[in-house]
Amino acid sequence: MQQAETKRVVPGHIRAEKRRQPSRFSIQSVNLLLGVLLPVILLAVWQIAGMMGKLNPTLLPTPGVIVQEFVSLAASGELLRHLGVSTWRAVLGFLLGGGLGLAAGLWVGFSYKTERLIDPSLQMLRTLPHLAVAPLFILWFGFDETSKILLIAKGAFFPLYVNTFLGIRSVDGKLFDVARVLQFSRWQMISKLVLPASLPNIFLGMRLSIGVAWLGLVVAEMMGSSSGIGFLINDARYFSITSVVFVGIIVFALVGKLTDSLVKLLERRLLRWQDSYKGGDAS
Amino acid sequence: MAAEMLVVQELNKTFATPTGDVIALNRIGLQVKQGEFITIIGPSGCGKSTLLKIVAGLDTRYEGTVLLNGKPIDGPSIEKGFIFQEPRLFPWLTVEKNIAANLSLRKPEVRKRVDELIELVRLKGFEQSYPRELSGGMAQRVAIARALLRSPDILLLDEPFGALDAFTRSHMQEVLLDIWQKNRTTMLFVTHDLDEAVFLGERVVIMNPRPGHIRHILPINLPYPRKRSGNAFQELRHRVLSEFEKVEGPDIDEGAGI
Repeated sequence: MQQAETKRVVPGHIRAEKRRQPSRFSIQSVNLLLGVLLPVILLAVWQIAGMMGKLNPTLLPTPGVIVQEFVSLAASGELLRHLGVSTWRAVLGFLLGGGLGLAAGLWVGFSYKTERLIDPSLQMLRTLPHLAVAPLFILWFGFDETSKILLIAKGAFFPLYVNTFLGIRSVDGKLFDVARVLQFSRWQMISKLVLPASLPNIFLGMRLSIGVAWLGLVVAEMMGSSSGIGFLINDARYFSITSVVFVGIIVFALVGKLTDSLVKLLERRLLRWQDSYKGGDAS
Repeated sequence: MAAEMLVVQELNKTFATPTGDVIALNRIGLQVKQGEFITIIGPSGCGKSTLLKIVAGLDTRYEGTVLLNGKPIDGPSIEKGFIFQEPRLFPWLTVEKNIAANLSLRKPEVRKRVDELIELVRLKGFEQSYPRELSGGMAQRVAIARALLRSPDILLLDEPFGALDAFTRSHMQEVLLDIWQKNRTTMLFVTHDLDEAVFLGERVVIMNPRPGHIRHILPINLPYPRKRSGNAFQELRHRVLSEFEKVEGPDIDEGAGI
């Protein structure tokens, strides 16, 4: 009886590995190829059309020109300097806004009274667009770093707040009974039940927050700034150097994707226990 | 044997519903000795799970006396181990960490007991598996080990094998008897399976609904391990069943009869 049961239930990680091993490399490379297929075709068409003179170079410079611009900006150190400033702003804004969002989400999540008290106000503030509040921030805090970081923080606050709150409230009530029967202390209820159970939502909030932090950064830097990738884009637009605009956009995309991948990596490590649907045709 | 460890006297429980009060338990009286194995059987709605939740301290709104070791029950605690119908494991913890739960595996005495229990519930080799990798029977064994680690005075089981297939269920019953014979933990086992009740219990408490009450308490004087096919077993099984045939519409599971 025991044997039959164990045979049926080989631990998942062993089983998965066995199945995957022989073709692991090829499946990964196929996936990668699928991912780049579309952009490559698009770039090729774009480049050829540009070289045939079908595109206005001021509006749409060819990929080759953009790459050249990228290399020269990188070589002069200018790109790195702007990127450094932007990153610093985004990280600071994210830490401030995200940290407060997490704290507020925990606080409101744990207390029904707090929810009634502050959630309605926060939900009202949540819908305010960056562009609408940016002038106020500038009036209050001036053109220097404070207003920019606060604008980024405002954006980063809400996704973490909403998702942390949601995560806590969706903890399985049946597990609370278990925790009561096992005599968890109040602190253990939080650290050993609520937090681990809401971690998937907190991670989702974190990824969204980081994304919004980058969006806020662009708005902040375009409103008035003398450094940063947003400034680089805005300045280039002013002088119609479209290739630099493209370089700025590409940098934003790359850094955004990179940070998202980092969080995803962390998520995969910490949420290994999850048994969720990964798409019907995933191997 | 030892004195009464659980005493239930004149226990009444009423649920308030929009259509008026419903009596869930009516004048329940039950005394359980230290180390005894009691099974409670009855159709759904007879209040057997409600009785168990009251003993567990998960439900404290009742009238009457419920004493565990002479003290009234005022809330859930680790002295009263509870096994739910579903395993209710923490999905983010491995098997051994689920058993330890709020206790630290870094403590040598916890580590040692967890290893012993994994052996006892026959889960060796699965210490590092996550709940999603386990079958229903294995997950329920983890839940049993988790309760046993706290050395409960009494183990309360609420239809713990109800969701398992017949083969796994009879295997689990043997595992549980094995644990009981080794640890002598007092067991209060709720089921709706006739076979299970007679196979496991030293006494079978037969409950009937509307309002939930104890109809009869039948001692099963058969030595363990019991043979389901034996004449004496079948006769006792019929006697339990006959207690239900007197009421209309008994939705009692006659058991797989293996």
